[in-house]
Amino acid sequence: MIRFTWLRFRAQAAVVAGAIALLAVAAAGLLHRDDSTARLWLGVLVDVAPGLIGMFWGAPLVAREFEDGTFRLAWTQSVTRRHWMAVKLAVGGLASMAAAGLLSLVVTWWAGPLDHAALNQFATFDQRDIAPVGYAAFAFTLGVLAGALIRRTLPAMFVTLAVFVAVRMAEFTWLRPRLLHPVLLNLALNPGSTGYGQGGSLLPVAFSSPTLEPNPPDLPNTWITSTRIVNAHGEGLTTHVLDSACPGINRGRGGGGGGLGGHTKAPQAVVNTLQDCVAKIGTTYHQALAYQPASHYWPLQWYELAIFLGGALVLAAVCLRRIRRA
Amino acid sequence: MNDSINKTLLAASGLGKRYRRRWALSDCTLEIPAGRVVGLVGPNGAGKTTLLHLAAGLVAPTTGTVEVLGGRPGDGPAQLGRVGFVAQDTPVYSGLSVAGHLRMAAYLNPGWDAGLARRRIEQLGLDPGQRAGRLSGGQRAQLALTLAIAKRPELLILDEPVASLDPLARREFLRSVAGTVAGHGTSVVLSSHLVADLELICDYLVVLVASRVRLAGDITALLAAQHRLSGHPVTLDDLVVSSMSQTGDGR
Repeated sequence: MIRFTWLRFRAQAAVVAGAIALLAVAAAGLLHRDDSTARLWLGVLVDVAPGLIGMFWGAPLVAREFEDGTFRLAWTQSVTRRHWMAVKLAVGGLASMAAAGLLSLVVTWWAGPLDHAALNQFATFDQRDIAPVGYAAFAFTLGVLAGALIRRTLPAMFVTLAVFVAVRMAEFTWLRPRLLHPVLLNLALNPGSTGYGQGGSLLPVAFSSPTLEPNPPDLPNTWITSTRIVNAHGEGLTTHVLDSACPGINRGRGGGGGGLGGHTKAPQAVVNTLQDCVAKIGTTYHQALAYQPASHYWPLQWYELAIFLGGALVLAAVCLRRIRRA
Repeated sequence: MNDSINKTLLAASGLGKRYRRRWALSDCTLEIPAGRVVGLVGPNGAGKTTLLHLAAGLVAPTTGTVEVLGGRPGDGPAQLGRVGFVAQDTPVYSGLSVAGHLRMAAYLNPGWDAGLARRRIEQLGLDPGQRAGRLSGGQRAQLALTLAIAKRPELLILDEPVASLDPLARREFLRSVAGTVAGHGTSVVLSSHLVADLELICDYLVVLVASRVRLAGDITALLAAQHRLSGHPVTLDDLVVSSMSQTGDGR
């Protein structure tokens, strides 16, 4: 069964292996290693590769057999369909992990000097080192399951992509910041670098009222997961407190403070009002930071790998259960 | 295969299969002796394909039981190896070559007879390098039959294998099946809605109408009995049509 699966799969595997080899040669020979645009695009490539693997390797693997009716040929050979499914999952899953791992290795190696200089390793967390291996295993298995449940290739491909993107976003925004205890840091409010706005939120003002926005300090190679303004009791700054302390601050909407949001120069009067306000609030309130320090980078990479590999194993178990009852 | 004479080829009891809310087969009870070439006929929707899928282990019964060669269909590699199956429309991997199919079947079947497969492909004049997707309907059916025969099964199940073939390809296909029966003593269950196909190779007839067996038995004996009953010789076609048009309520 392993030899047969490989017989069917090797052409695709060869194409991908060739593409990665070509990319490695091109990166080594042609791209200047201080080309930050190339760094950006190579990073995007590593970001999208797992989703593509799930769509183009995972989803069609079983769905095509249902569409063409060849599952009736496959399932009447002297191999049980659980065995058939297990081997397909193992061979395809390992190939997906190898492809994503090699791609990540090439990009991590090539971008090394630029990453080192950028001092912002968490910005490229999902595109470097071992995390992409877990994403690829998960996306592939998700694709196989979608194909086994939906039994049609094209819908299975789109469902795979949609679910994979949703899971990745949920993991990144909700789970990852909670995996390890952040380092907490209290700082005084700096009138010179605190602005006023709604934190880049796309929600209308009615849902997210604008407030003071401290410009977080520059902590190299860390990931700042939250910045809040709190008083000595840990209570957050409310709109009510802000408005009563600084009447008229709303009239300065759109203008930034001295530091943040300085795209358009705010009128000097507005800047003065804001700075006075920050100084006044700063007597009872301070800035509370939570961040993942540089030393958490590798533990988080391993957690990320373990979470997505674990997810892939759960999905694989569902595949095996489903195929027996089909 | 002398011991297979005492065995039952297929035994179904209260067998039913439901797909979502539709019953494709319900309460089917049937027994077929081994060593036969069985023709399964019936109108569309009678449950022929579902019965054969259940016998091949492709689907599991919703109700009742089915036994094939004394074992549960699809229950482990050994049972799968004893049954050769050619599905309706004879599916093959369109991107895989003829030789690739033989290699696949050799990998997946411990009892694979490589010499037999190679000889058949040669006799049929198929190019081993040809992709299966570019074969004619008749060639594809012959490739699918080769895969099923060369695993050396005790029972060959063929689901409407010739329905989409032209008359010449149809005759050649059925001749291949008959050759296998003569050469290896393989039992065969073949479904069709064309009685002429069955007349060529079958010696046992099962008429299935709406999941119920209307008529089952040795074809020669059935014809002789009908002859005695009606007083004049009858054809197999007459026999099938008259059994299908009876009202089933009397059973």
